[in-house]
Amino acid sequence: MGRYFRRKLLIYGLTFVIAVSINFAVPRLMPGDPVARMLTRNSVANVESSEAMRGYFNELFGLDVPLWQQYFNYWGALFRGDLGVSVFAFPSPVATVVADALPYTLALLLPSILLSWFVGNALGAMAARNKLLDNGALPIGYVLTAVPYMWLAILLAWVGGIILGWFPVAGGYSFALTPAFTWTFIVDLVHHWFLPFLSLFVVALGGWAIGMRNLVIYELESDYSNYLQALGAPNRLVRRYAFRNAVLPQITGLALQLGVVVGGALVTEVVFAYPGLGSLLLNAISSQDFFLLQGILLFIVIGVLVFNFLADVVYVLVDPRTRLGLEGGQS
Amino acid sequence: MTLEVADLQVHYRTLKGDVRALDGVSFSLADGEIVGLAGESGCGKTTLGKSLIRLDGRMRHVGGTAVLDGDELPIGDDKAMNARRWKEVSIIPQYSMSALNPTRKIGKMIAELLRARGKSYREFKDELVRRLELVGLTEKVLDNYPIELSGGMKQRVVMVLSTLLDPSLLIADEVTSALDVTNQRAVAETLVRFRDMGFVKSMIVVTHDLSLVYQIADTIMVMYAGRIVEKAPAETIIKSPKHPYTRALIGALPEVGLEYGDERLQSIPGKPPHLLNPPTGCRFRARCPLASEECEAEPPTVTVEAGHEVSCWKAN
Amino acid sequence: MSAEVVLQTERIGRRHEHLYFALRNPKVAIGLAIVLALLLLGLFGPFFLSDSPNEYVGPKSEAPSGEYWFGTTYFGQDVFTQFVHGLRSSYLVGTLGGGISFVIGLAVGFTAGYRGGMVDEVLNMITNVVLVLPALAVLIVISSYLEVRGVVSQAVIIGIFSWPWVARAVRAQTFTLANRDYVDLARLTGKRSWQIIVREIMPNMASYLLMSMILLFGGAILFAAMLDFIGLGPANAVSLGTMMQQSMAWSSLHLGMWWWFVPPGLAITLIVGALYITNVGLDEVFNPKLREM
Ligand SMILES: Nc1ncnc2c1ncn2[C@@H]1O[C@H](COP(=O)(O)OP(=O)(O)O)[C@@H](O)[C@H]1O
Ligand code: SF4
Ligand SMILES: [Mg+2]
Repeated sequence: MGRYFRRKLLIYGLTFVIAVSINFAVPRLMPGDPVARMLTRNSVANVESSEAMRGYFNELFGLDVPLWQQYFNYWGALFRGDLGVSVFAFPSPVATVVADALPYTLALLLPSILLSWFVGNALGAMAARNKLLDNGALPIGYVLTAVPYMWLAILLAWVGGIILGWFPVAGGYSFALTPAFTWTFIVDLVHHWFLPFLSLFVVALGGWAIGMRNLVIYELESDYSNYLQALGAPNRLVRRYAFRNAVLPQITGLALQLGVVVGGALVTEVVFAYPGLGSLLLNAISSQDFFLLQGILLFIVIGVLVFNFLADVVYVLVDPRTRLGLEGGQS
Repeated sequence: MTLEVADLQVHYRTLKGDVRALDGVSFSLADGEIVGLAGESGCGKTTLGKSLIRLDGRMRHVGGTAVLDGDELPIGDDKAMNARRWKEVSIIPQYSMSALNPTRKIGKMIAELLRARGKSYREFKDELVRRLELVGLTEKVLDNYPIELSGGMKQRVVMVLSTLLDPSLLIADEVTSALDVTNQRAVAETLVRFRDMGFVKSMIVVTHDLSLVYQIADTIMVMYAGRIVEKAPAETIIKSPKHPYTRALIGALPEVGLEYGDERLQSIPGKPPHLLNPPTGCRFRARCPLASEECEAEPPTVTVEAGHEVSCWKAN
Repeated sequence: MSAEVVLQTERIGRRHEHLYFALRNPKVAIGLAIVLALLLLGLFGPFFLSDSPNEYVGPKSEAPSGEYWFGTTYFGQDVFTQFVHGLRSSYLVGTLGGGISFVIGLAVGFTAGYRGGMVDEVLNMITNVVLVLPALAVLIVISSYLEVRGVVSQAVIIGIFSWPWVARAVRAQTFTLANRDYVDLARLTGKRSWQIIVREIMPNMASYLLMSMILLFGGAILFAAMLDFIGLGPANAVSLGTMMQQSMAWSSLHLGMWWWFVPPGLAITLIVGALYITNVGLDEVFNPKLREM
C-alpha cells in the first residue's frame, strides 16, 4: 500500500512539475515571441497595464538572466503564490481573478461529475441485466458520449432558455441582483446554475452507463460468477458481487475522465457565459492575457491532481487487492 | 444407480448454426463409482459436465435425460435446477484458480453463499474447518482474500467448498491440468479420499490426461466428437482397449505423469471433425486406420463383455 | 475457461470469417455507412460548392430554403457550404491527430512492453503523467500561443497529448504476447525486435489496434471542436467547431437561427457516435464470446 501511494505521489508530483515547465517553456519557445507581442500590443491599447506587465516581466523573467535562472525565479514566484498580474482584469493579480471564478466552476463540476457517476453506474447496472432497457439505453448512451459538450449546452440553452423561456441563458446570477446571502439571490443562483449543470451531467452520464454496463456484463461472465451460479447461488448474490467488482474500475475511470469533464465544463461555461474558469479563459484568450491563461491551467492541473489522489484513496479503501499490496491495482 | 444419462443432446448456438457438442450421450454411474472422462480437447467433456449442473447462456438442451437418484434433473430449466445444485450435483470447475470472488474474504463469501441457499454458516462452520484441515489448510484461510493464497491452496478451498453439502454427484473438470506433478497427485488422491469419506457419492473426473485418471478412476469413458466411443473398467481401457481411437490414445501414451495430454494426441494424424456439421457414420472415420465402407453407417454400441461397451464396427 | 473455446473457434479460418461477420453486423454496417456518407460529402462536396465558405453570398440570416439548404449566417454566408468544408477539416483533424497519437501510443506501448525493465519504468511513468494532465487545458495554453493556427498544427498538438491510454493498453498486451512460445521462437531464430513486433505481436492484437484507432479518430475530432469553439480554431479555414463559435458569437440563439448551430454539432455527434457504434459491432465480431444471438 505504501508503495502504491508513493508511486502515485511521484506521478502527480512529476505531472505538476511538467505542467509548470510547460507553462514556463511555451511562451519562450514559441516562434515569434508571443510575450513581446502581447506587451507591444498592450502598450498601444492600455499604457498603464502594459507598464506594470513589463515591470513584472522584467523582474521575474528578466530576459537578461540565463534561462535556468529564469526557470528558478518562476518556481520561486509560484511558491509565493505570485502568478502575475492579469491584463484583462488589471490590476488584479491572476491568483485573485482565478480564485474568484473557481467557485462557479466547482459548483458546476462537482455535482455533475458525482451525480452522473452515481446515476450512470446505476443505469448501466440495470441495463446489464435487462435486455429491454439495454436495447433502449445503449444507443442513447453512445449518442450522449458522442455529443460535443458545447453543442448539448447550446441545444439546452436554446430549448430551455429561448423557446420555453424557463431558464436564463447567460450569467451566474441576474444583473439586477447583488450577491448576498439572501433567499432571492440563492434561488436566482440555482436558476442560472441549472442548465449548465444539466448539460454537463447529461453528456457525462452516457459514458458512465455504458462503461458500467460492459463491466457488469464482463463480471457476470467471469469465472467466480459462473462458479457461484453452479453452486446454485441466487441471482441476487451473483449480481451484488458483480456490481461491487465492476464499480472498482469505474473509480479509476472517474479520475481518468476528469480532464475531459473539466474541458467540457470550460466550453459549457462559455456557452452560458457562466462566470467560472471557462468564461475567464475565453476572456484571457481574446485579450491575449497569457499570465491569466497560465494561472488557469495551473489551477486546473492542481485540481485534477488532488481529485486523482482522492480517487486513489477511495480505491484503496474499497479494493483489498491494492490494500494488500500484492497484485497492485492499476497504476 | 446414482446417475443415468440417456441420449443427451446439448448444442451451442452460434451465428453459424448449432455446434453439436453433445450428440447422443448415454451412460450410467453407480453409487460410489469414480468414472474418468477422457478425450482430446474440444470433444465435449466440459460440455457434458456443465450439462449436468448448469447450462450457460449459449447452451441449449436439445434432447435426452439425466436421472439422478431416481429423480430426473431438469437440465433445461435453470430455476428448477437451482434447488438441486450443490446439494445433489456439484462441480469443481476447470477454472478453480479464479473461481473465488477476488474482493471478498473467503469465509465471508462462503457464509453469504450458504445464507443465500437458506443454510446457516454457523452450523457448517465446524465441518468446513474440519475439511479444510483435512486438505492441509487452516481456519485462517477463511480470513484471507483469494489473492493471498497460492494456486494449489485456492484449488483445495474450491474442492472443500464444492463438496461441503455432500452432493451425490461431483463433476471435477480438469482439476489437475493447471498444477505441477506433485500437486496433481495430491489432488487426485484427495478426490478419492472425499469419495471414501462419503463427502460425495460418485464422481465424474474429466481430463485429457489418461494416465492420471487411470490411477483413481474405477471406470473410464472415452469421448470423441460429442459422443462416447468406449466405456470400460480402467484396467481394461488401458490394457485391452477395443476402439481404434482409444488404442491410438493409449499407443500415444508415454510415461505416466507427463503434463499435457494434447501434445501426445497429435501423434494421431488429422484433427477431430468440427461439430457444426459432424460427418455421418463413424466420426473417427477420417482418421481411423481401420476405416472401411461399413463405417459410413452409424456404428452400433456393442457390449464386448460385462461393463465394456464400444461403438465401432470392428469391435469384435 | 473460455480461452480454450476461443482458440477452437478461431481455428476455422479467422481473417475471412471476421470480414464476413463484420460486414454482416448491423452495427458495423450502419456505423460505417454514416461515417462514409459524411466523409464523401466532405471530400467531394467542396468541388460542387464555393471554394471560399466565408464568402457573403446571399441574404442575411435566412432560414433554410431550396437555394440555401441550411440557410445563411448573420452575414449572409451559406451554412451548407461552410458545413461541407467543416466536415472536411473535421476528418482531416481526426485522421491526422488520431494517426499521430496512434503512432506515438504504439511506439511507446510496444517499446515499454517488449523491452521491460528500466525502459518500461521510464516510459510507463511518462505515460501516466501525460494521462493525468488535463489535455484540453494544456492544449488551450499551447494553441493560444501559436501565432498562426491551422488545421495541421492543431492536429499535431492534439496527437501529442492523446496517446497515453493506447500506450498503456498496448504495453499490457505486449507483455503477455512477448512471453508466448512463438515469440520466443522468433527471438531464437535471430529476428530483430521490430520485426518480431511487426510480424508476431502486432497481428495478434490487430483487432484491438483497429478499435483504438477508431476511438482516437473520434476523440481528436471532439478535441478539435472544443478548441475551435473557444476561439482557438484554424485561422483561415472553416471547421464545425468554428461554425458553432461564430453562431454563438453572433447571438444566433437569441435570433432563433437554429440552422446555424444545429448542423455542425449534429454532424460531430453523428460521426463520433457512428464510430462508437461501429466499435461495438467490431467488438462483437472479434470477440466470439459476444457473438450471441
Ligand atoms: N461457447 C461456445 N460456443 C460455441 N461452441 C462452443 C462453445 N463452447 C464449446 N464449444 C464447442 O463445443 C465443443 C466441445 O467443447 P468442450 O466441451 O469445451 O470440450 P472439452 O472440454 O472436451 O475440451 C468444441 O468443439 C467447442 O468448439
Ligand atoms: S467404426 Fe470404422 S471408422 Fe469408426 S472407429 Fe470403428 S473402424 Fe474406425
Ligand atoms: Mg474442457
